[in-house]
Amino acid sequence: MRDRQYPLYHSEFEHENCGVGAVADLNGRATHRTVDQALSIVERLAHRAGSDALGTTGDGVGILTELPHSLFSAWAREEGILLGQPGEYGVGMFFLPEDEVGAENACRIFEQLAAAEQIPVLGWRNVPCHPAQLGAGARSTMPRIRQCFLRRPAEVKSGLDFDRRLYVLRRVFEKQDTDTYICSLSGRTIVYKGMMLVSQLRSFYDDLQDARYASRMAMVHSRFSTNTFPSWSKAHPQRMLLHNGEINTIRGNHDRMKAREETMRSPVMGEEMQRVLPVVAEGGSDSQMLDNTLEFLAMNGIPMALAGMILMPEPWQGVERETPWRDLYRYYATMMEPWDGPAAVLYSDGEKVCASLDRNGLRPLRCALTDDHRLILSSEAGVLFEENAHIVRRWKLKAGDVLEADLGTGKLSESSEIKTRYAKQHPYTEWMRNLIRLQDLPESPEGQAAPREKELKKLEKAFHYTWEDVQDILRPMAENGTEPIVSMGADEPLAVLSKTHPSLFDYFKQRFAQVTNPPIDALREEIKTDCSVYIGDDGNLLSGDPENCTVLELPSPVLTEEEFRRIREIRHPAFSVRTASLLYPVDGSLRDALDALFAVCDAACRDRINVLILSDRGLDERTLAIPSLLAVSALEQHLIRIKKRTAVSVVLESGEPRDVHHLALLVAFGARAVNPYLAHDCIRNLCDKGAIGKTEEEALASYDKALCAGVLKIASKMGVSTLQAYQSAQLFETVGLDRPFVEKYFTNTPCVLGGTDLDRVESDSRFHHAEAFGEADERGLPAVGVHRLRTGGGAEEHLYSPETIHLLQQAVWTDDRALFDRYAASIEKDGPRTIRAMLDFRFEACRAVPIEEVESAASIVKRFRTGAMSYGSISQEAHECMAKAMNHLGGKSNSGEGGELAERFGTELNSAIKQVASGRFGVTREYLLSAKEIQIKMAQGAKPGEGGHLPGAKVTESVAKTRCSTPGISLISPPPHHDIYSIEDLAELIYDLQCANENAKITVKLVSSTGVGTIASGVAKAGAGGILISGGEGGTGAVPLSSVHHAGLPWEIGLAEAHQVLCRNRLRQQVTLETDGKLMTGHDVAVALLLGAEEFGFATAPLVTMGCRMMRVCHLGTCPFGIATQNPELRKKFTGKPEYVERFMLFIAEQLREIMAKLGARTVGELVGRSDLLKMKADCATDLSDLIGFARNTHFQPEKKFDFHLSERTDARLFQNHVHLMTTDRAFGTMLKGDRNIQALGCGGQSFGAFLPAGQTITLFGVANDYLGKGLSGGTLAVCPPADSIWREEDTLIGNVALYGATGGYAFVAGMAGERFAVRNSGAWAVAEGVGDHGCEYMTGGRVAVLGPVGDNFAAGMSGGIAWVLDENDTLKDHLNTGHVRMYPVAPDEAGELERLLILHEKATGSKKAREILDAFGTWLPKFRAVISDEYLAYLRKGA
Amino acid sequence: MGKATGFLEYSRKENPFRDAGERLHDYADLHTAQGTEERHCQAGRCMNCGVPFCQSSFGCPLHNLIPEWNDLLWRGEEREALERLTETAPFPEFTGRVCPALCEKACNLADDGVTNRDNELYLIEKGFAEGWVRPRLPRERTGKRAAVVGSGPSGLATADLLNRLGHSVTVFERADRAGGLLMYGIPNMKLPKDIVARRIRLMEEEGVTFRLNTEADAEALEKFDAVVLCGGARKPRSLNVEHMDAEGVRFAVDFLSETTGKLLAGEDCNLAKGLHVLVIGGGDTGNDCVGTVLRQGCASVTQLEMMPAPPEFRTAGNPWPEWPRTLRTDYGQLEAICVQGSDPRIYETTVKRILTDEQNHITGAETVKLRRTAEGKMEPIAGSEQTLACELMLIAAGFVGCDRKTLETLSLIADGRGRLMPEDSSHYLGGKLFSAGDMRTGQSLVVRALADGRAAALEADALLRRA
Repeated sequence: MRDRQYPLYHSEFEHENCGVGAVADLNGRATHRTVDQALSIVERLAHRAGSDALGTTGDGVGILTELPHSLFSAWAREEGILLGQPGEYGVGMFFLPEDEVGAENACRIFEQLAAAEQIPVLGWRNVPCHPAQLGAGARSTMPRIRQCFLRRPAEVKSGLDFDRRLYVLRRVFEKQDTDTYICSLSGRTIVYKGMMLVSQLRSFYDDLQDARYASRMAMVHSRFSTNTFPSWSKAHPQRMLLHNGEINTIRGNHDRMKAREETMRSPVMGEEMQRVLPVVAEGGSDSQMLDNTLEFLAMNGIPMALAGMILMPEPWQGVERETPWRDLYRYYATMMEPWDGPAAVLYSDGEKVCASLDRNGLRPLRCALTDDHRLILSSEAGVLFEENAHIVRRWKLKAGDVLEADLGTGKLSESSEIKTRYAKQHPYTEWMRNLIRLQDLPESPEGQAAPREKELKKLEKAFHYTWEDVQDILRPMAENGTEPIVSMGADEPLAVLSKTHPSLFDYFKQRFAQVTNPPIDALREEIKTDCSVYIGDDGNLLSGDPENCTVLELPSPVLTEEEFRRIREIRHPAFSVRTASLLYPVDGSLRDALDALFAVCDAACRDRINVLILSDRGLDERTLAIPSLLAVSALEQHLIRIKKRTAVSVVLESGEPRDVHHLALLVAFGARAVNPYLAHDCIRNLCDKGAIGKTEEEALASYDKALCAGVLKIASKMGVSTLQAYQSAQLFETVGLDRPFVEKYFTNTPCVLGGTDLDRVESDSRFHHAEAFGEADERGLPAVGVHRLRTGGGAEEHLYSPETIHLLQQAVWTDDRALFDRYAASIEKDGPRTIRAMLDFRFEACRAVPIEEVESAASIVKRFRTGAMSYGSISQEAHECMAKAMNHLGGKSNSGEGGELAERFGTELNSAIKQVASGRFGVTREYLLSAKEIQIKMAQGAKPGEGGHLPGAKVTESVAKTRCSTPGISLISPPPHHDIYSIEDLAELIYDLQCANENAKITVKLVSSTGVGTIASGVAKAGAGGILISGGEGGTGAVPLSSVHHAGLPWEIGLAEAHQVLCRNRLRQQVTLETDGKLMTGHDVAVALLLGAEEFGFATAPLVTMGCRMMRVCHLGTCPFGIATQNPELRKKFTGKPEYVERFMLFIAEQLREIMAKLGARTVGELVGRSDLLKMKADCATDLSDLIGFARNTHFQPEKKFDFHLSERTDARLFQNHVHLMTTDRAFGTMLKGDRNIQALGCGGQSFGAFLPAGQTITLFGVANDYLGKGLSGGTLAVCPPADSIWREEDTLIGNVALYGATGGYAFVAGMAGERFAVRNSGAWAVAEGVGDHGCEYMTGGRVAVLGPVGDNFAAGMSGGIAWVLDENDTLKDHLNTGHVRMYPVAPDEAGELERLLILHEKATGSKKAREILDAFGTWLPKFRAVISDEYLAYLRKGA
Repeated sequence: MGKATGFLEYSRKENPFRDAGERLHDYADLHTAQGTEERHCQAGRCMNCGVPFCQSSFGCPLHNLIPEWNDLLWRGEEREALERLTETAPFPEFTGRVCPALCEKACNLADDGVTNRDNELYLIEKGFAEGWVRPRLPRERTGKRAAVVGSGPSGLATADLLNRLGHSVTVFERADRAGGLLMYGIPNMKLPKDIVARRIRLMEEEGVTFRLNTEADAEALEKFDAVVLCGGARKPRSLNVEHMDAEGVRFAVDFLSETTGKLLAGEDCNLAKGLHVLVIGGGDTGNDCVGTVLRQGCASVTQLEMMPAPPEFRTAGNPWPEWPRTLRTDYGQLEAICVQGSDPRIYETTVKRILTDEQNHITGAETVKLRRTAEGKMEPIAGSEQTLACELMLIAAGFVGCDRKTLETLSLIADGRGRLMPEDSSHYLGGKLFSAGDMRTGQSLVVRALADGRAAALEADALLRRA
C-alpha cells in the first residue's frame, strides 16, 4: 500500500518479532492458574515486546485459551441465554468497526450469514474492557470488541466438525466485510488480544482477571513490530497459532498456496472448500498467512503436529542419518515447499497444544515440566520462577523439532515419537518409488554440436556477453568452482541510468535479511540447505495418495545439456513435455511475442502439457529472443492468472543467463530449472583453446557447481535455506523499471523509481542483436568495464575515473581548493548519472545569506566520519592515518570490525567509533570502553547478508593480536550476528552494549533497500541512538562479484525512506540519521542532508586521498599503495598523510557551506530533511518524485533519547555479593564495578555476564537464558543447577549462543547448553556438560571441553582453538563438520590442560560429572577427542 | 586476472638497444627482442588495475585494452592476446616501435610501468611469424566508395577501418611508396621499411587500393561517396634568419626522406659524410637526424634547442599520470655521446645568423643564448653570440600545418594554425569531406594520428550508411 503523504513507506515491509509462551495442564484440569501463569510469562517478557515512541502504546499482546465456560455460562445466565454445555456452542471474538453504525451493520451481516449457514446466533456480549489504560495510539484505533455466541447445530459434531463449519462461516463473512476482524471463532478456543503493552493485557480485559476464567491451556505472545502504527488485528495469537520469527519465503509461499487451490481437492470439505478460498487472505502479515494455511490444513483433518511438520520440515536432506520419517518428509516435499525462516511457533486447536521450531533453530523455545504435570513453554527459561522448585524436567526444542501435548489424554509427545507416528500412517517408502530422479532417466546422448568460434562469438554478443563476463566470471567459475571475489564496491550507474544497454537482469536487486531475520551461512551450515527442485504436478496436499509424489526430482536447478535432453525426451505417463520458442522475427515486436507465448502456453494447457520448455536456441540474424527473465516471469504470472501455476512446470533453455545473479533471478521468478547452454558452449570453447587447465567435463561441472552454490548463497542472504522454497519467492526488488511494467510481468515485486518499460527493454536487446549480426567487421566481445573500468567506446561510466582520481589526489595533496572544485565539477559534468547527480537545488526558491554567516567548516566536519574499515583489511598506516585526521578535525573515524590495538585507546590514534560486527573480532570490554560511539554493523553495503573471510595470509602477528586470534589462521565472519536473529535480539544487544559503556552512543548500520525505513523504525524502538543508512555501492575488501553490483540500493532511496518512515512513527527525533556510500562532493552531502541525513560517512574518497587508485585488488593483499595490504614491502609504499584526509573533509564542508548560503541556511540543522529544496534535473531519466516529495525538518533532539533506566539495574548498585535474579535481570554483571565475586540465585536473564572483564566472577545457581557470557572479556562465569529442585543430567541449563565472541576468561556450565555454544569464541576457556547444534562454530581460539552429547554440525568453520569432547559412545564423528577440523586423541601435553580445566570446573560448580572424571582421569582420557583445525595444528606444532 | 604478485616478483625489462658501436654501422632495427619467457613475465607485471590509467585519456589514445591482452599474454594465450590487441590497435608493428608509450608513463607502476610497447611488438611480430595475421575481409561490401587522401598513419588507419566496415577504399599518395611519414619520415632503424611495406601489402590483400604518385584532385575524388583528408601537417617551421636558401640548409624531413629513398634504392646514402652538422630542434625528429648523420659519418653533430633542459625528474607541476616532461636521451643522442664523448644538445640556444661562402654554401652559424622572460617568452641574451662551424644544417623545428597544395587543389581554407579542424571538433568538413590526423589536429604522435583516423572513419561510415 502506498501512502501519498509518506511516498516511500510500504506497509508490506513491516516486520514483527517477539516473545512467546504457553502453559498446558496435562492433567486436563481447566484452571485460572494456567491462564494467570501464561499472563505472567508474557509480562515477564516485556523486553521482547515493542512500544511506540512515547512508550504508552504497545505493539501488541494476546492470549489464546480454551473457551472459559464458567465465565461465559455465568454471563449467559444473567442475559437469559441458554448456552448449553461446553462443546454445544461456539464463540467469536470480534474487532468491529469503531463507529456504532458500522459495528451494528457488521453484526447484522454476520447474523444473516450465520443464519444462512444454519448456525443460530445466541447473542452478543460487549467484552468488558478499560480503554482508558491504553496509549493514545491504541485508543484512537481501538475497535469495538464484542463476542458472538453461536449454537452448534445438533447434527454437527462438536470439536473439529463444528469448528470447520465456523471456519467456513468466518471465511464467507471475511470476504464480505473487510472492516471487521474476527480474532477467533471456535467452539474450542478464544483469543484475547490488542495493541497494548504486555502489562496492560491482564488489566484491560476484565475477563482475564476473573477467577472463573479457566482453561487447560493458555498461549501468549508479545509483539515487537518495526512500526508503531496501530494494528489491533496483527497482534498475536492468530486463530490457531502464535509465532516468534519471520517467514522469509512468504511471497512464494503465498503465491504457491494460491496456485495450489487449482489442484487441491478436500476429501473432508468437498465442494465446501471453494467457499473458503482463497486460503491465504491478502494483505496479512507472514504470521497471519502461516496461520491461515495451518488452519486450512487442520480444518481438512490433517493432525496439528503433522501440519506443522509439513509447513516447517526438519532439514532432512542434509542429515545423513536415516530416520524412519525421512520418506514422509520426502513425500510432502514434492507438494509443499518449506515455509522458511526463523520460527518458534506455538499452535493449538484447544485439544492439543503443539510447538515447532524452524529448520535452523534460530529462535529459542525453552520447555519445562512440573511435578504436577504442567507443561511450560517460553522464549526464556525461568520466567515462572515460582515454579522452579516444582520443575522436574527442563529442555529446549531443537531445529526442526515438534512437540505435542494432548490435553485429553495428558500425553506429551516429542519429536521423534510424533514423526514416527505419522510416518507409519502410510507406506511412504513404497509411495516414494513413484518419485523419478533425474539421474534415473535414460541417457540422451546425441546433442547439438557446439557452435564454431565465430558463430559462438555472434551468439555471445547477441546475448550481451562482455569480455568481462567471459574472462572475469565464466572462466574463474569454471576454473575454481566458485564465484569470483572482488573488492571496492560499485561506482557505475544504475541500469536505468546506464548508457550501455544493460540487460533486464541488471534492474533487479537481491533482497537480503537485516535485523528482523538472519541471513544463513550456506557454507558452514550446509546441512540445513538443499538445492533439489521438482518438476511435475504439485499433487493434492489434502489427500494421502501415492500418485502425489509422481514428480521428477532434480538435484539442482542448473541443467547440463545432457540432463536437459533427458527431461525434454522423458517418456513417462505422468509427464507431457512441449517446447515453446522464445524467438520472434526481427520485424515483430516484443509485446506481440509475449502475447504469442501466452497463446502457446494456453494451448499447451489445453493439451494437458505439464512441462513447458522455453528455448531461445537457434537465434540468428533474422530473429530476436524474448529476454529470458521476462519470458519466465511473464509466463509465471500468466499461469497464476489462468490458475495453472501448479499444473505446468517451466524449464528454461537459454543462451542469456551466465552468472549467479541471472540464475537466482530465473529461479526466483518461476523457472524450475535452467540450461545455460551458451555459457556452457563458451566454457567448452575456453577449454578447447587451452585457456582452462581442466577437461571440458571438469570445467563444466565446476561452473554448474558455482552457479548452484551461488544461487543458494543469494537465497541464504535472505535467510532461505532451500532452493525449493526460494523458487518463485521473488526475493528481489526492481530499480528503475516502470511500475505498470513490473505489475504486469513481475507482479508484486517491490519497485522503486521508474523509467524503463517494455520498449526500452526491447530496444536494448535489439542493440546487442545489431552488434552481433549487423556489423560488417568481426570484432571481439565488447569491453564494457562494469566492475573494472574501461575507457573507449561503449564503456560504462564510473564515479572513480582516472580523471576524478587524479584531480582529487592533486587537490588534496597540494591543498588546492580550485582543483577540488574542478574535481567536483568533473563528476557533475562527466561523471556517471547517479540519483544525486539527477537532483538539483531550488536556489530560486531561497533567499541567499552571506557565506560568512554560515556555520563554519570546522563545525560542519564534526558531522563527518570515515567508513568502517578494519585493521586487517587495511594496513596499520592507513587505519591510523584516518583516525588521526578525524580526531584532529573533531569528526569520527571507525575502527571497522577488526578490533584495535590497545595501545591506541585514549590517544590521538583512537577510533572514536568502535564497530561490533558478526565476527566480534577484538570486541573486548576495553575496546568498547574506548568508544564514543559503538556501531552495530547489521549489514555492509557491498555485501549485505553475507559474512566475510579474512585469509590466514593476511592475519599477521599484529592483526592477530588486535583480533584476539592466532597469526596465520583464517578468520570467518558469520553472515548473521548470532545474537541477532530478530528485532528483539537487536534490542538486547543494544542494551548489553549500553551496559558495557554507559556513555557511548549505540548506533546501528543498515543497508539501503526497500523497506529499510520500517527496519530503521524498529531499530529506533530498540533503543539505538543513531542509524546509518549505508548505500549499496559501498566498498569492501572482498566479496563475490554478484553481491557488489546486485544487492543493496543507492543510499538516496533508503535514506529518504528512513527519514519518512521515522517521521511517520514519530521516532525521528530519537535518533541521529547518517548516510554513506560513495559520497564525493559537497553536492552529494547537500543532497543527503536535504533527504534527511545529519551525519555523513566517507570511505572510498579518504582512501583515494591517501593514495588509493581503485586497483580493486584489496582481496589479494597486493595493494601497490600500501593501503589494503599487510605486506611489509607494500606498506612501505604508503604515502598518505592525515592532512590529505583533513583537507578532503574541509573542502567538502566548504562546498557544502556555499550551497547552504545559496539555500539561505545558516546551520546544517535547519536543512535536515528539506527535500522540498530539491528538484529533478530536466534530463532525469527516472522518476525521483517520491524521494523529494516529502519535506520535514526533523532531526535528532538529545532530550528525546531512548532511556534505558540503567541506574535501576540490579548490578548498578549492588553492594552485597549475594543476589536473587529474575529473567528480567538482563546482562547481569555487565555494569559491576571493580573486582567482585558474586553468588547469584534464581534465573539468569539474557546476556548473563556479558563482556565481563577480568577480576569479576559470577556464580549462578539456576538456569540461564541465551547469550550467556557474550563477549566475555576475562571474567569468570559459573552456572550450576539450582540446589532446591530436582535436576536431571540431560536438563538444559543455559540457552543458545553462549560465549559468542568471547575474548578471554572462563565459563563453567554444569549442565546442558543450547545451540551454538562458544560460537566465535576466540579466547575463553569453557566447559559444558553437553551442547546443542553448531557447537564451537567459527571458533578461532580458546579451549572448550564438552563432557556430554554434542549436537549436529559441531565445529563448523572452526579455524582455531581446541575442543575436547568426551565421546563416550563414539558418536562425535556423526556430528562433526569436517570442513575445517579433524578429530584426534588428546595429545599428552594437552591432557594436562584439560585436567586443569576440569579441576577448575569442578571447583567452580561442584560438577559431579567432572568429579567422576577427575577421580579416574587416566581411564577417562582415552574417551576424549580433541577437535582441532589443520591450520591451528600447524600453528601449535610450529610453536612447539 | 594476471599474476597478482607479478609486479613484485619481476622488474621492468625493456627490449635492449643493440650496442651503439655496432648499430652505428647500419640502418637496421635499433632494438633486440627478448625471449618468450621474459615476455610472459613482463606481461605478468600488469596488475589488471580496477582503474587502468594506461588505457584512459592519460594513456593510450587508442584506448588499447592493455590489461586484457597483458593478462592473456601472461597466461601464454598469445593468439588471443593479439586478437584483443588488434581490437583497437590497427598497426601494432608501427606503434610497437615508434610510440612514446604514453600508457607506460600512465601505468600505476609509475616509473616501472609495464613494457606495454614491447609486449605489443612481440605479439604482432609473433602473429606475422606464425601466420596468425592474415587478410581479414569484411563479411560483405556496402557498395560505398571512400577515398583517403594521404597514406600516413592517419590515412592508413582510416582506410583500414573503413575497409573493415565494408566500404571500398582507395588511398591516394603523392609519393612513390605508401606510408607517408612512416615510410619517409621515420628512419629505417626506428621503423624498418619492410615492416611498413608488409602492412601495405596486407591492406591491399584486404581490398584497399593504393594509388601512388597521384595527386588527389577534385576530379579524382568526385566519384567517391566520402573523402577523408589525411594529408598530415607537412609544412615545416622555418627559421627567421637570412640565408635560409643557402646550400646545406635543409628541412629535417626532406633530409630523412632522401636518406630513406637512397637506402631503399640501394644507393649510397652518406649525405652527411665528413660534414659538421648542426641540427636545429631538440625533438624526436632532431634526434632522428642526429642518429642518421652519425650513421653517415659526419665530422660532428650538434643539436640546438631553444628551451632550457628539462628536469631529470617530474616536477610538482607535472605529476603522474601526465606525460613526464623530463630529460630524455634518445638513441641518437646516446650514439653521439658514444662517438663524440658528450651530449650533442645545447639548450637555450638558437641560430641568429647563417654564415655562407660565396657559392651560398653554408659554412657556419652564429648562435645566441636565450633566456626566459617574465612572460615566459624566450629572448636572446645580448653578447652571448658564438660561431659554430657547420656544413649541413638540418631544421627540425616542428611543423606549422598542412601544406598549401592540398588545400588549393580542393579549395579548402585552413584555420589560423594551418589545420582543417571543424568548429564542432568533429572530423566532418561538410559535403562528403572529412579530415583526420595531423591535418586536422596539427603535428602530433603516430598513435594519436591512428586514433584520429579511426574516429574519422567511424564518422565517415555513419555518413556512408545514411547515404
